[in-house]
Amino acid sequence: MARKMPQLNTGSMADISFLLLTFFLLTSSINTDMGITRKLPPPPEDIKPPEIKERNIFTVLVNQNDRLLVENKPSDISLLRVQAKEFLENPSNSPDLPEKEMKNIPYLGEIFLAKNAIISLKNDRGTSYDMYIQVQNELTAAINELRDKLSVEKFGAKFSVLTNEDYIEAIKKAYPVTISEAEPENIGGK
Amino acid sequence: MARFKKKGSKGLPEINTGSMSDIIFMFLFFFMVITTIRETTLIVRVQPPHATEVQKLEKKSLVSFIYIGEPVKKAEGTASRIQLNDQFATVADIQEFITRERESRDEVDRKLITTSMKIDKTTRMGIVTDVKQELRKIGAFKINYSAAKGKAQKK
Repeated sequence: MARKMPQLNTGSMADISFLLLTFFLLTSSINTDMGITRKLPPPPEDIKPPEIKERNIFTVLVNQNDRLLVENKPSDISLLRVQAKEFLENPSNSPDLPEKEMKNIPYLGEIFLAKNAIISLKNDRGTSYDMYIQVQNELTAAINELRDKLSVEKFGAKFSVLTNEDYIEAIKKAYPVTISEAEPENIGGK
Repeated sequence: MARFKKKGSKGLPEINTGSMSDIIFMFLFFFMVITTIRETTLIVRVQPPHATEVQKLEKKSLVSFIYIGEPVKKAEGTASRIQLNDQFATVADIQEFITRERESRDEVDRKLITTSMKIDKTTRMGIVTDVKQELRKIGAFKINYSAAKGKAQKK
């Protein structure tokens, strides 16, 4: 007759597997991908671009040394957000800033907004990607802040927490992302 | 009476913990399986820039990645290179890459494909622009500049 096997103590087995479990939980960071979403324009066609008045364009130039030129004046990244906001909103209806008109947007009613404000962004081939993202970030922040302001005014909640699709569309229509990127120049020669 | 007393003196019955490890192992395998996200081995160094206005990328299965940065191995030089899938590529390969990415998805989802550009922050815009022009030509308009959430550091 075979001898009975001595029983293994499996009490600590659970502890070991717990240890493994926590190890995997901690090391496997389910990395969420984040980023700035943009929509590229379709390839240029041979039609003439529409003429846009100077006052409706907010020019941002970035050179190969990551220096900014905003509306033909040297500027700094820390000022860009405020400048872009002022341009897009034109609170004082100044003749140098974009034309405004009454717009009738569903759910928002009649509001007085900039008619056709465009941010024109042009960078050099030598501009660093870091700077480019910072500029994009500031411009996005400017638009987001304006959207938030309007959203709080009309719906009593920030734009990012709105859930009603119609409301989101309405706000997007009031402040669209109008960043136009020109073909870059090669001045820095890098 | 005596019978009852005998029963009471036995104390709490021991809980069988033998199956405990099985349950935990099940958890373990579950986590191991769901966290094996297809991750390409990077041959270019990518340190994304920081930005505050970042959005989460939705629908991971509909995202194709383009990496741009300096090669990890010093011997391969310091010029920024493009990585598609697991190998170096040139700007001319982008259109083919996008076409193949499209073909691997269902027809209904093809319009929703986002191209995520994971680009090192020291990269110059020239190569980025070339890639963007290629994407425009092939019609991949939805792009995402990968960035980490946080305040940009001052140089």
